[in-house]
Amino acid sequence: MYFESWADFWAMGKHGLYVWSCYGIAAVVMIYNIWVPLAQQKRFKQRYLRQLRREAQQQ
Amino acid sequence: MNWTWFHKLGSPKWFYEISSRWLPWLVILSLLLLVTGVVWGLAFAPAERFQGNSYRIIYIHVPAAFLAQATYVFMAIAGGVGLIWRMKMAEIAASCCAPIGASFTLLALLTGAIWGKPTWGAWWVWDARLTSMLILLFLYLGFMALQAAIDNKKTAARASAVLALVGLVNIPIIKYSVDWWFTLHQTASIKLTEKPAMPAEMYYPLFICLAGFYCFFAVVLILRLRAEILHREHKTGWVKALMSNKC
Repeated sequence: MYFESWADFWAMGKHGLYVWSCYGIAAVVMIYNIWVPLAQQKRFKQRYLRQLRREAQQQ
Repeated sequence: MNWTWFHKLGSPKWFYEISSRWLPWLVILSLLLLVTGVVWGLAFAPAERFQGNSYRIIYIHVPAAFLAQATYVFMAIAGGVGLIWRMKMAEIAASCCAPIGASFTLLALLTGAIWGKPTWGAWWVWDARLTSMLILLFLYLGFMALQAAIDNKKTAARASAVLALVGLVNIPIIKYSVDWWFTLHQTASIKLTEKPAMPAEMYYPLFICLAGFYCFFAVVLILRLRAEILHREHKTGWVKALMSNKC
């Protein structure tokens, strides 16, 4: 590792706040990008499955 | 040349089936690359002589900015293919690209601002690179607004594809902005044609992060495409068969 200790690593010189906030925002953006389509897929599946069942009952 | 792959790609059913096989591999690959690149960049790469450790933002900022532009080009090409060949999958792909691209443009802008504060002493300056990236964000938002404003999917796809193609002019402006108006943003450190302007122990993790971001894009694009296919094709026989098999 480049840093002497874990405390050094978290401090990032004097730039800890800048570096870690960037990585935090990146994590949020990435999780958002995964979560949105997965939630959408689940919603669509439930909706169209209900529709299918309704159609089957009517017949 | 054999064009069967192109016709296959045009079939939502084929794509839905094949992508479920690609997805786990892409997820593993992007996780491996991202974890390796980020850990290497954060903990093992040396500090930069003038910027100290704040330069480590590069491992997010540069891949995000690359991806923001690549996604735009991909979106415009997909839109163009949809316009010319009326290919449904291309229209779906273009519409799925926009929110992903917008989020990565925003990420590039935000990380750039946070990096700018300790390096330039300002969160934001009206530098040509920053301004043209902001325009890219507005292009994405305009594309999404246009898609949402038109109810007919076909008309929406056509209108927004024209917008995407016109907006393509912004991409070379972003790329050359640092050379044309030499203001504050530095010029490119990594180029296809030259050796990178930084030592290997700094650019290896950067390349790994870049590859990781591209794989991540493939994953989230496929996820969005699958959801959108399910939505648009829910009246077709194959989706109904797929659904009834699952219950």
